[in-house]
Amino acid sequence: MKPEELLYAKTHEWAAIEDVDGQKIATIGISAFAVEQLTDLVYMDLPQVGQQVTAGDSFGEIESVKAVSDLYSPVTGEITEVNSSLPDKLEVFSDDPYGQGWIMKVRISDESSLSDLADFAAYQKQCAEEG
Amino acid sequence: MTDTLAKTPLHDWHDRHQGKLVDFAGWAMPIHYGSISNEHIATRQNVTLFDVSHMGRISFEGPDAADLLNHILTRNVLKLRPNQVRYSVITNESGGILDDVLVYHWLDSAASPRYSLVVNASNRNKIVQWIDDHRGSFDAKLIDHTTQTAMIAVQGPKAIQTVNQLDASIPFAEWKYYTGQPVSFCGLDCFISRTGYTGEDGLELTIPAESALGIWEQLIEAGQAFQIQAAGLGARDTLRLEAAMPLYGHELDEATNPIQADLGFAINWDHEFIGKAAIESAANAALDRQRIGLMLDGKRVPREGYSILDAAGQPLGTVTSGTFAPTLQKSIAMGYVIPSAAAVGTELFVDIRGRHEAARVVKLPFYNRNSFSKGS
Repeated sequence: MKPEELLYAKTHEWAAIEDVDGQKIATIGISAFAVEQLTDLVYMDLPQVGQQVTAGDSFGEIESVKAVSDLYSPVTGEITEVNSSLPDKLEVFSDDPYGQGWIMKVRISDESSLSDLADFAAYQKQCAEEG
Repeated sequence: MTDTLAKTPLHDWHDRHQGKLVDFAGWAMPIHYGSISNEHIATRQNVTLFDVSHMGRISFEGPDAADLLNHILTRNVLKLRPNQVRYSVITNESGGILDDVLVYHWLDSAASPRYSLVVNASNRNKIVQWIDDHRGSFDAKLIDHTTQTAMIAVQGPKAIQTVNQLDASIPFAEWKYYTGQPVSFCGLDCFISRTGYTGEDGLELTIPAESALGIWEQLIEAGQAFQIQAAGLGARDTLRLEAAMPLYGHELDEATNPIQADLGFAINWDHEFIGKAAIESAANAALDRQRIGLMLDGKRVPREGYSILDAAGQPLGTVTSGTFAPTLQKSIAMGYVIPSAAAVGTELFVDIRGRHEAARVVKLPFYNRNSFSKGS
């Protein structure tokens, strides 16, 4: 996935929205900027398939040597798939954050929160301010 | 954010080399230059450079310098041989730890003996004030060199080779661990000691502030053959934690005495010092809590402040430092528990954000360079 084509939450998760048989499915991960800020990832909890997530609410946590951070869902809906190999190879977060580093797919049930997400240009601006 | 903070003489170098600068005890200090784990591993396997200029450097002159320090320190300074460096604590009247320090007895070319302390950055003002308040009639002068000098820690198995490439005239390899000397190094008046806070061999160089950048850059150049890299306070913390060295503000504070902290080795009972009577009583009474090391089964990290529990969920103590140890590839912690839970091998739990994760009391240190197999 190209970072330029994704949507971003203020909390640094990305979402790629696709239409699949008339339903909107979001693939979700964390941005390269977030991975760089976290540094030295050591552990993450994956959510369960079937779990309901709400935009802006925590769906899991990721630990680095230095700190633990919550992961927030950028969308509202039901988890249809998780990247189950991820916890055993956290290095893909830095190697390929927008590809193999995807965390979960969510069938969106409420599209209203999508307008809160930033496009690439706006997100880059946010990172420049935080960096 | 960092504009109001004190800057070390190496500040601009850190800034130019992706050092992530944070506020540490009022100083802008690099926490890492990209990866804590990589900097940690480089220290264990090769060599790294740490800017530790924020540490307080205080020297003592005058006929009563040793007597004044003996009054303040748990160590008997009069027993220090020339060039010897020792770990000590400074305690208040009730035995609470005000700071943990290194005390140096320099063999000066001048006639009068000279002593120095390196104190924690966070405690520097407090300790200078404490010593001043307890100076009494001792004829001794305290000089705070912190801002006129820089301190560079060169750490790792290739540290001595690296430093000797800048100046081959000083036989660092023949120096015993925990000794140091005033030397002319690269033509500069420096204090160098074979010490560190990483659990590895290494040297710590105190050099004039205006020469710090030049020496630092020469060390980076000289260490290229060993893949030298700069390392930040993040790696310093994970390295000292693997080596089970306590950190002030975490394992140590004014509510903790040296017996609870398992620092009895730093006390010489053959001299009088502030806090001695209280520590003596503590040593002769039953302990209420003591410092332990924990190793966890899982990879979740026990953080400072998390509760240590028994199998029934009853609290037994608290974590004071925790990390995922890069050398050991295990989650580890230090903390305090009641003595009945402190025996090596005791099975305990840490409450990591609501989940009780299995942990076991292990012998400290977690990592010892003389016994750890590097052939992984």
